[in-house]
Amino acid sequence: MEFFLQQTVNGLTLGSVYALIALGYSMVYGILKLLNFAHGEVYMFGAFAGYGVLTILGGSSALVVPVWLAIMLMFGAAMIVSAAIGVALERFAYRPLRNSTRIAPLISAIGASFFLQAAALLMFTANSRSYNTPSLIAIETGIPLGPIRVWMVRVLVIVTAFVLMILLTLWVNRSRTGKAVRAVSFDREAAAMMGIDVDKVIVVTFLIGSALAGIGGVMVGLVFGRIFHLMGFVAGLKAFTAAVVGGIGSIPGAMLGGLLIGFAEAYTTGYISSTFQNLIVFGLLIVVLLVRPSGLLGRPELVKV
Amino acid sequence: MSSDQSLLSLTDVNTYYGQIHILQGISMEIKAGELVCLLGGNASGKSTTLKTILGIVQPRSGTVTFDGVDVTNKSTSFRIGNGMAIVPENRRLFAPMTVLENLEMGAYLRSDNFEEDLNDVYELFPLLAERRHQLAGTLSGGEQQMVAMGRALMSKPKLLLMDEPSMGLAPILVEQSFEIIQRVHRAGVSILVVEQNANMALSIADHGYVLATGRIVLADRAEALSQHEDLKKAYLGR
Ligand SMILES: Nc1ncnc2c1ncn2[C@@H]1O[C@H](COP(=O)(O)OP(=O)(O)OP(=O)(O)O)[C@@H](O)[C@H]1O
Ligand SMILES: [Mg+2]
Repeated sequence: MEFFLQQTVNGLTLGSVYALIALGYSMVYGILKLLNFAHGEVYMFGAFAGYGVLTILGGSSALVVPVWLAIMLMFGAAMIVSAAIGVALERFAYRPLRNSTRIAPLISAIGASFFLQAAALLMFTANSRSYNTPSLIAIETGIPLGPIRVWMVRVLVIVTAFVLMILLTLWVNRSRTGKAVRAVSFDREAAAMMGIDVDKVIVVTFLIGSALAGIGGVMVGLVFGRIFHLMGFVAGLKAFTAAVVGGIGSIPGAMLGGLLIGFAEAYTTGYISSTFQNLIVFGLLIVVLLVRPSGLLGRPELVKV
Repeated sequence: MSSDQSLLSLTDVNTYYGQIHILQGISMEIKAGELVCLLGGNASGKSTTLKTILGIVQPRSGTVTFDGVDVTNKSTSFRIGNGMAIVPENRRLFAPMTVLENLEMGAYLRSDNFEEDLNDVYELFPLLAERRHQLAGTLSGGEQQMVAMGRALMSKPKLLLMDEPSMGLAPILVEQSFEIIQRVHRAGVSILVVEQNANMALSIADHGYVLATGRIVLADRAEALSQHEDLKKAYLGR
């Protein structure tokens, strides 16, 4: 029971982070029908932005500001840096190719991904860094859950992720710009015919999706400690899997897919072996695609009458 | 209703899709308060004309003037903000969004309160009030046409562009939609309607233009056009 709870909390933590990253993947796909392969790198830069702020503030064992303020500043910096990279990607790597062939932006995305990895290698070297979170917030802190105690950092990650997902859902369903995102995603030209500034809406989508990925980067740094310049590759692949499992283009789908992948990984690691982790995750992808090609919550291409 | 003030004018407009010359020197005019119809066979360039007016496609040469402003190089948002609206060909509703959300998209550029206009649309189409939380993609063709019309009216347009509003509707609904068009027109909205149903369109229009392979081949008062021999043969089926 204790072990099961432990794995569930692990799964929930991991799943929350995957969900945040998958959201950006899915939103960008929804609006541009583009797989933004550089999204994992956007997340990686978020993690490094958080690390940079932590270092400037004295490092985790000699903070010059209160811990809560440091964490907020880390999230803030990650959001800004990731959003800026996401918007730059859209502007320089994707927009010029928007009326080109379908494959061109995809190749540009792969190129951008390598470019950002190389830039990170130059800026941060190949050494991995550690947030060293336990000296920031002790492992013993946290809330009791039956026989176990959930580390405060995990609580913070899970709660923050869920709050963000709720806010995003409200925004996309209720706000004027959020509705415009849905309209542009469904039919770009018809949206333009309503006076919606399509370019602006696409920029906003990249901005929000990338900021969420940046937050995900800091979360991974906080929970798992280690960050490095290639960390975006696997995370991007997992987030992509999560988005497809949930139904790419669907916002609730990305959340569900992220959580499922998180749980699948945690339980596989806990009950089988971590060597099987990727086998199970990508097996899940194949099974979902065979049974429901449009993903769990994706709608089959609606016919435009 | 007609006054002499020009609301929209196209002067020698040439529009291309890539290398293909679609609109070949089109000039036309709509005066404030007029109802004008644009006729023409398939692929003659009717939809392209509307898209050029709205700025969805840019002409390579020529000018589009709307409400006293040269809008040739202005964005679609600008033109809609200044009083254009469109009921697009095939309606192009946002299928996964509700009827109400579709109507809200029609009012996208408005920063004032549009509650009253929403009520006006519901008054014009009482059925939409009942269905406001239904997804637009699940409506029948006739109902979708109402949403498309209501959505365009939500921006309080001075000029309403309509691309084959009667397409795919049963005869009874075609008649109803023409009645609605006349009601909107009487309320003071200028209208440019593209129609395959030439008889019907000419019966309500003040003026008509006929397009053939990207050129205006006839332009006259609607009564005169409906008596025109060539047109009778080509489009009026008489
Ligand atoms: N986006 C586009 N790219 C390339 N060619 C186009 C495009 N849209 C229209 N065309 C071409 O331009 C010509 C005019 O098309 P348009 O849609 O304006 O005709 P239409 O008069 O509205 O026809 P219909 O009555 O069938 O709606 C056609 O030959 C069409 O194939
Ligand atoms: Mg057409």
